[in-house]
Amino acid sequence: MLGYIIKRLLQLIPVFIVVSMIIFSIIHLVPGDPIDSMMQIGSTPEQRAELTARYGLDKPLPVQYGIWLAKMLRGDLGEAIILRQPVTALIAQNLPHSLLLGVLALAFSTIVGIVAGALAAVFKDSWIDRSVMTLILLGSTVPSFWLGLLLILLFAVQLGWFPVSGARTWSALVLPVLAIGLGGIALVARVTRVAMLDIARRDFVMMLHAKGLSRWRIQFGHILRHALLPVVTILSLRIGWILGGAVTIEYVFARPGLGSLLITSLNQRDYPVVQGCLLMLAIAVMLGTLIGDLVQAAMDPRVRDSST
Amino acid sequence: MALLSLDNVSVTIGRLHPLDGISFDLDRKEILGIVGESGSGKSLTALSVMGLLPLIGGKVTKGAIVFDGIDLVSLPETDYRRLRGKRIALISQNPMTSLDPIIRIGAQIDQVSQLHLGLSAVAAQARSIELMQQLRIPDAATIHGNYPHQLSGGMKQRMVIAMALAADPDLIIADEPTTALDVTIQAQIIQIMVDLVRERGLALMLITHDMGVVAQACDRVVVLYAGRVAEQAGVADIFATPKHPYTRELIRCIPRHGQAPGSLKGIPGTVPSVMDYPSGCRFHPRCAHAQAICGTEVPLLEQKTSGRAACHLTEVLAHG
Repeated sequence: MLGYIIKRLLQLIPVFIVVSMIIFSIIHLVPGDPIDSMMQIGSTPEQRAELTARYGLDKPLPVQYGIWLAKMLRGDLGEAIILRQPVTALIAQNLPHSLLLGVLALAFSTIVGIVAGALAAVFKDSWIDRSVMTLILLGSTVPSFWLGLLLILLFAVQLGWFPVSGARTWSALVLPVLAIGLGGIALVARVTRVAMLDIARRDFVMMLHAKGLSRWRIQFGHILRHALLPVVTILSLRIGWILGGAVTIEYVFARPGLGSLLITSLNQRDYPVVQGCLLMLAIAVMLGTLIGDLVQAAMDPRVRDSST
Repeated sequence: MALLSLDNVSVTIGRLHPLDGISFDLDRKEILGIVGESGSGKSLTALSVMGLLPLIGGKVTKGAIVFDGIDLVSLPETDYRRLRGKRIALISQNPMTSLDPIIRIGAQIDQVSQLHLGLSAVAAQARSIELMQQLRIPDAATIHGNYPHQLSGGMKQRMVIAMALAADPDLIIADEPTTALDVTIQAQIIQIMVDLVRERGLALMLITHDMGVVAQACDRVVVLYAGRVAEQAGVADIFATPKHPYTRELIRCIPRHGQAPGSLKGIPGTVPSVMDYPSGCRFHPRCAHAQAICGTEVPLLEQKTSGRAACHLTEVLAHG
């Protein structure tokens, strides 16, 4: 298992380099640059050239990339051009908000999703199954930002149970977690249900019945355990998605976070911040996949044996 | 009284009637072969006795299945569960797929004696390892901790047999236990099961389509065709004087040593589909001797000089 972990970590290095190149170059494809937004009306071309040089933006792109990469490896993501703060400081201020929201939303959607999916599978074709499936359909078709707005209207404006926006209290987390998590529940529940129904048809399940095990023990001790394997795959892909996908929700609820920071900086062409944020999201996606693979290897001996 | 007795058992799955009036007895220390082509209802017979038909949406609609005085057809599921794995065990067709792939093999065997004999985890493990050693599994303690994918097919089938034996059953139903294995392993596995019957005095229902396995292992044979019993007799009689034309064809198909190349035989035609069984004797469209009565009247399973056969023409054929 240790060998497997080391191998998977080493595999991440080339991925990381390619991802960093893409992140660095993609922002330069967007028209305009931060100097435009810093220049005051009536500034001279000389002033503009001086500013450009000060931020190193006059050098060829590969050189800029080299400098950026070298600094990044030392933990320095540069200085925000517009916000005039170290990028690492900006990320350190915003990342915890996004992480908290993301982790809570993920945990909420995972737990509720697995329970709902398992119940739907065990009571297939009953009213439980039908209600779960209907809610799943709703949950997966309603966009989360719109759901967020509806939740604000009902629970914050009409009923006044939760704050409309902000991140000052714990109760301010409830609505955003719901808005992000409901879509996740739909996904997790559907994958759980389909996987359980599929596994229930396998030969070994017939053998479990033949051994005299009870239906519940077979469903939850064996079938669900197998069904969690695809669920883990889905979740590992969602870790990155939730951090990045929370962008609109952070915006709707006016919460600080990586998403809000990214949108603001993108509008101002604040290259170092955008690059830093994208890098964080990319790392989150890579870590998510890694964690998913490790959990899967821990759960499934076939995965462990085939990849060491 | 026989340990297991099926009397005129019929099974329906939805609107289909795949088994129609199956009857046979099986006693302790006896190996009964259930023979027939694919689709003849062999595995369904096994599921009927195991009470697992509901899993595939089927049920016994007629007849009686009596095991050691217990009427299985009306047995509540909770009581049935105490029988399954404990007194009636199943060895399935494909050892590759009949073990849970993400649970250690040993734990899957332990599970049975823990459940039915109330053994502790430690005692169950000791019992499983002992069983594995009796099945001549080398290095049983190590293999106990292995996962199914780490073992060969023959080894896995031995584990399935160990699992079946774990709670010391009275009856084992082996559904084509060697079909998925190499020929060299097949004989070993059959021998293991024959030995078990002789040593432990249990009853074995051996489902197979291989007449060679029947000759090697069985005491008596039930030949199924299209969901009905075509013939049943002692194994010597079946091979010496088969009564039913279908049985004759089956025996004629066994490849023989020194047979000319390219002369392998089959039975003309195919097993009829359960959705479209022929009227009268279900074998009549493929039978070389069929007469008018065969297409209209269902032949009864009658007592003959040796064994029983369901054919209108046994007397004619015996002299012909």
